[in-house]
Amino acid sequence: MSLLVKGARVISPGDNLDKEIDILIKKGVIEKIAKGIKAPKAKIINAKGKVAVPGLIDMHTHLREPGREDKESLYTGSLAAVAGGFTAVACMANTNPPLDSEQDMEYIYTEAKKIGLVDILPIAAVTKNMEQKELTEAAKLKKAGAVALSEDGHPILNSSFMRHALEYANMYGLIIICHCEDKALSAGGVMNEGYMSSLLGLKGIPAEAEAIIVSRDINLARRTSGRIHIAHVSCKESVALIRQAKKEGVKITAETCPHYFSLSDEELKEYDANFKVNPPLRAKEDIAAIKEALADNTIDIIVSDHAPHLESEKELEFDRAPFGMTGLETSLGVSYGLVEEKVLSLGELVNKMSVRPAGIFGLDKGSLKEGDAADITVIDLSTSWVVKKENFKSKGGNSAFIGKELKARATEVIFSGRLVMENGKVL
Amino acid sequence: MSDWKKRDLLTLESLDKDEINHILRTAESFKEISTRSIKKVPALRGKTIASLFFEASTRTRTSFELAAKRLSADVVSIHSSSSSVLKGESLIDTARNIEAMRVDGIIIRHSSAGAPRLLSAKVSVPVINAGDGAHEHPTQGLLDIFTIKQKKKKIEGLKVSIVGDILHSRVARSNIWGLSKLGAKVCVCGPATLLPPCIEKFPVRVVTNLKEALAGADVVIALRIQLERQKERFFPTLREYSREYGIDKENIKLAKRDVLIMHPGPVNRGIELSQDVIDGPRSVILEQVTNGVAVRMAVLYLLLQKEETNESIS
Repeated sequence: MSLLVKGARVISPGDNLDKEIDILIKKGVIEKIAKGIKAPKAKIINAKGKVAVPGLIDMHTHLREPGREDKESLYTGSLAAVAGGFTAVACMANTNPPLDSEQDMEYIYTEAKKIGLVDILPIAAVTKNMEQKELTEAAKLKKAGAVALSEDGHPILNSSFMRHALEYANMYGLIIICHCEDKALSAGGVMNEGYMSSLLGLKGIPAEAEAIIVSRDINLARRTSGRIHIAHVSCKESVALIRQAKKEGVKITAETCPHYFSLSDEELKEYDANFKVNPPLRAKEDIAAIKEALADNTIDIIVSDHAPHLESEKELEFDRAPFGMTGLETSLGVSYGLVEEKVLSLGELVNKMSVRPAGIFGLDKGSLKEGDAADITVIDLSTSWVVKKENFKSKGGNSAFIGKELKARATEVIFSGRLVMENGKVL
Repeated sequence: MSDWKKRDLLTLESLDKDEINHILRTAESFKEISTRSIKKVPALRGKTIASLFFEASTRTRTSFELAAKRLSADVVSIHSSSSSVLKGESLIDTARNIEAMRVDGIIIRHSSAGAPRLLSAKVSVPVINAGDGAHEHPTQGLLDIFTIKQKKKKIEGLKVSIVGDILHSRVARSNIWGLSKLGAKVCVCGPATLLPPCIEKFPVRVVTNLKEALAGADVVIALRIQLERQKERFFPTLREYSREYGIDKENIKLAKRDVLIMHPGPVNRGIELSQDVIDGPRSVILEQVTNGVAVRMAVLYLLLQKEETNESIS
């Protein structure tokens, strides 16, 4: 069936498009973009007053399959992604067992295709079984569709090993996504180190635990000409290092998550483990630095770091609960706050949530022009909604935004030319 | 004596001056009970209190139990070694089960900071923090303040120095908040490795030199040093720690002549405090222990009586 998105303000920064115009979709592809399209047989999506953007892309999620399907599965993760307005999500390698082989890549692609709600793009481990003893077979992984390599959660702290990983991955155009954490400096820490950690009597993780490894990875990238992408930037120290490295021409890009520009460590005063993430929520001045870095493109993209956990785990004592919060279904709403605060224009937000992720990772996505595969997100900017646990499609209820009122919500999602969400309901 | 508003006692940081004074006044009226030959009043008769100790403790647990018994409350004690915690039951589940047995209050000691806060959000009865990780130990803070007030007749304007491992100390945090709210000038002193990050943002003066902390002090609170901190490389050797931060009859002369020497116990004799200082005339360490019972009686009374009032209203 063909679809006609009618009356939306279409924003596609990569195509220099920002106007009220119709989009006709046939056989999975954008057939026509023009004013006043008439297509009597097409299903009409009345998007008057809404915006239509290239399908949103989240390059950092934990979908927990294989291994922890009690926390999330590729299916429930896909539902959550669609509900959040995404048409493509990258899943991190740290499943159980980790995604480190050609077969694992095939498994993800096959399952995603069966589910058919969203593209799931596997990120492969840098080392076999994430044991940091041997490199994974990058050439094969690239052919099998790995979009990047990462040891998320467990940085390769042996600098010689990391150097080789960068040199090797670079031959196949694979970016290494760096989770930057000096594990000795962060050992035992459960929140940001500062006044709040001292007040609460919890062991802190200093910002330097992140910045030291950001600095090391920048130095190794400079030495090897390897491509690095810094995961979940949380502090002003990392921002300064990345900004400088970019000036020097180091091949580096960076991401941050909605919680690092909207929540500070002061949120932890109730010891609610839903606010426990790694890297930890930082201080107010870090939030300001992250916003500045988003505005001047030191930080290229916004990702959710969607990390579902069981309620029984998050109910534990703060220091015993696991790190991580969900994000797929709140990422757009929280990030739209940046537009309201005039940190980013709406077009720049679309850049950071669709165009740039596609550009950085070489995905044939993030644009709206005739002939493109039809991945489109329709967003209602005028709505406001309260985040409720019972409404999550994700199996994880561990969101720090429960009870908060957000603006902007995806109402329709078209994936590969098929309507997969309509009126806010996943079909 | 009622009009106590708060349901729980989790921190001194969250109390104001009037609330702290309210507890101290109540404790004063209870102190005499422990000197009687029949050390019991019927104030909390028919009340049941669960005492959950997820971390080893002798004196705090005993002190709370005596306090409850002297008010005629019944106490059930659960220690981690005998509890279902070892069977993998979560803190929240344990607490819900205990509450389902209709106890009137819960005392909790836990190695995780914030555990009492977590508990209080899940149960409806008063929760009393008997020490949580490196966070707070409010009744210890209160009994220290009570002891100082008994001896000095005031708190306002006193120079109180807390010496030792401030970083890991819940006693230090409760004392910093309690004493500063009552107008004392609090100084913390310890090696830089054992001072909490951003300690200068607390209402304290911070020094690393013991002599500066002792000079002109009205009260010195020495903290216990955990011997394993040496292995964790917080200081080179116990010998050096003792030489730099040990209080003895020589360096104590820097303090006021009528200085009070306090310690939350148990003392490492000859390390934080020399033998002669512990047993000397300025030491009030055992009085702290005595006062602990009165202060805990006051806390139990205020929190559990309040329940009574609420019930009769509804």
